[in-house]
Amino acid sequence: MEKFTQLTATAAPLMRQNVDTDVIISIDNLMSQPRAKLGYFAFAPWRFLADGEENPEFELNRPGFRDAQILIAGRNFGCGSSREMAVWALSGMGFRCMIAPGFGDIFANNCTKNGLLAISLPENRVNDLAHAAEQAAGDTSFTIDLETNIITSPKGDTIPFEIAAGDRDALLAGLDEIGKTLQHGNAIAAFQARDRLARPWIYGVTVA
Amino acid sequence: MTGDHTLVDKIWDLHVVADLGQDQSLLHVDRHLLHDLSGTMALEEVNDKGYTVHSPELAFATPDHAVSSEPGRDDDTGGRSGRYVRGLREGCAKWGIKLFDLNDAAQGIVHVVGPEQGLTLPGTVLVCGDSHTSTHGALGALAWGIGSSEVAHVLATQTLVQTKPRQMRIRYNGSLSAHVVAKDLILYTIGKFGVDAGSGYAIEYAGPIIQALGVDARATLCNMSIELGARAGIIAPDDVTFGYLADKPFAPKGGQWDQALAHWRALPTDPDARFDKELSVNVADIEPQVTWGTSPGQITGISGNLPDPAQAKDVSERQNIKAALDYIGLAPGQALEGVPIDRVFIGSCTNGRLSDLRLAAEIVKGRKVANRVTAWVVPGSAPVKKAAEAEGLDKVFTEAGFHWREPGCSMCVAANGERVEPGARCVSTSNRNFVGRQGPEARTHLANPAMAAAAAVAGCITDVRKLAS
Repeated sequence: MEKFTQLTATAAPLMRQNVDTDVIISIDNLMSQPRAKLGYFAFAPWRFLADGEENPEFELNRPGFRDAQILIAGRNFGCGSSREMAVWALSGMGFRCMIAPGFGDIFANNCTKNGLLAISLPENRVNDLAHAAEQAAGDTSFTIDLETNIITSPKGDTIPFEIAAGDRDALLAGLDEIGKTLQHGNAIAAFQARDRLARPWIYGVTVA
Repeated sequence: MTGDHTLVDKIWDLHVVADLGQDQSLLHVDRHLLHDLSGTMALEEVNDKGYTVHSPELAFATPDHAVSSEPGRDDDTGGRSGRYVRGLREGCAKWGIKLFDLNDAAQGIVHVVGPEQGLTLPGTVLVCGDSHTSTHGALGALAWGIGSSEVAHVLATQTLVQTKPRQMRIRYNGSLSAHVVAKDLILYTIGKFGVDAGSGYAIEYAGPIIQALGVDARATLCNMSIELGARAGIIAPDDVTFGYLADKPFAPKGGQWDQALAHWRALPTDPDARFDKELSVNVADIEPQVTWGTSPGQITGISGNLPDPAQAKDVSERQNIKAALDYIGLAPGQALEGVPIDRVFIGSCTNGRLSDLRLAAEIVKGRKVANRVTAWVVPGSAPVKKAAEAEGLDKVFTEAGFHWREPGCSMCVAANGERVEPGARCVSTSNRNFVGRQGPEARTHLANPAMAAAAAVAGCITDVRKLAS
């Protein structure tokens, strides 16, 4: 997975509440499109009009925000389905970092697994950042620094953020989690050996 | 027994393989359920990256998301499912994973199959690449949904790297009104506390009302924990649980049953346990619920009216309500009762079980589906279908003009062309009324099975209590 250390880019506000992963990527698109093309279909119900043309009023279609890599979002962003393609679609659209008052739990987890940084901040902080992003349309100088846990706005305001230490380490190192866990192979084997005796009904079940 | 551990604490502690520091634990997974979307993709990833499946004996698979529910279906019916169903079959064959294949006697929606086969057991850690995995908490399993990267992680290691969730308990008190069922309890809870109230929590549902529910109803309740923002919902195992499991095919038998039972009886939350948050719901206030908008929290009792954005508490709320009303095609302040509908869908991991079909059939019996409505019943699994047919429920539905179909997720996820037409309005027993969930521009109203059945025969959203004798 790609490392996340520091990012300097445009931030785009999408301050709708409870944006679900179905609207981020529809079931039709996630089933029919290759991973590399999912970005084009992100937010399709909002991004495109019925005739297939771009909807000029959709927040992320506006000039100045089209190349954003930081998404500033409303409460409970990424709620709903566990579909990891929602993260792939956002990533395909160019986003590397999301800032919101809160995220769907599975979505936030999926972000970390794919090298995307999801930052939770108090709602008033997020609103301030959304306002700053709106004012700074096209300005590419929002900085997210995961080494210092600081967001810097184009005006130079600094906002500290917190993230779970394990997630932070994983993002900074860009580690392959499966490879890391397999280093605990002996502990897993020992657990199962003990557990087979303690809870034999869990293992080797078949129908008589 | 005295102590201060919750049900979730006890299950968690039993499954820690290693403390990874930084609040993270490596947790053992006892049951890994795979389906034809995330399961197929993760099996392919395991292949591509050259990993080995660690414990195939603990994984179980069934195709449900992509498959057609059309009678006489095969792998390719509907045009979308073939690659996914075959991918799942090939992956399972390669690693020796037990598969309940398409048209097998045990195939169905993964969250119906797990409990029904006795794979879901109290005290287990169960995961699946699907957000409605919380369903399995109905039997006292700690169960939650994961993304496909984590599915691959479980396949390769039989573990997950996890931070322990905070814990919430919701107690239900009072007495239920007639025709108010588990679906109404959870929809009401979501409306009352909000769609992100459970974010970061595992929720234990408790109280006399919960203890009185059967396993199917408990499954409905736990199923929609994710619509409350919580990855896991759980109910303490009790005699209802054990009675349900006693004759299930993969549940322990003989001496192992006795051993398991002793273990299970020690699992419920201790009297002195502390939760991070405690909420309560008085169920006496609850009437049959129907969603009016594009989020499960946008809900009212059937006698209620739609909100007026002009009366919203702030700008953000106003925009939210307005966008939802625009999409759903209804006016501010209007009554929900009497709104004409086009489709009815009875099924899904929320409400596709035998007791759900019985509730619906009771309303349908001797009536006809309204002319303007196309109504489907999609049983949650092949055993549900068979049991319903043995009781003659299929005849009740088909004689009324319902379509009686094959088991799968069908119109809940709309993955294989089984969808509501653009602009059409559907009363659905599923779990999500999101924009485009049941098809582009489809308008969804979530309700309980009897309410959906009532809507089918009335041709409009209606109060089931007026139809029931």
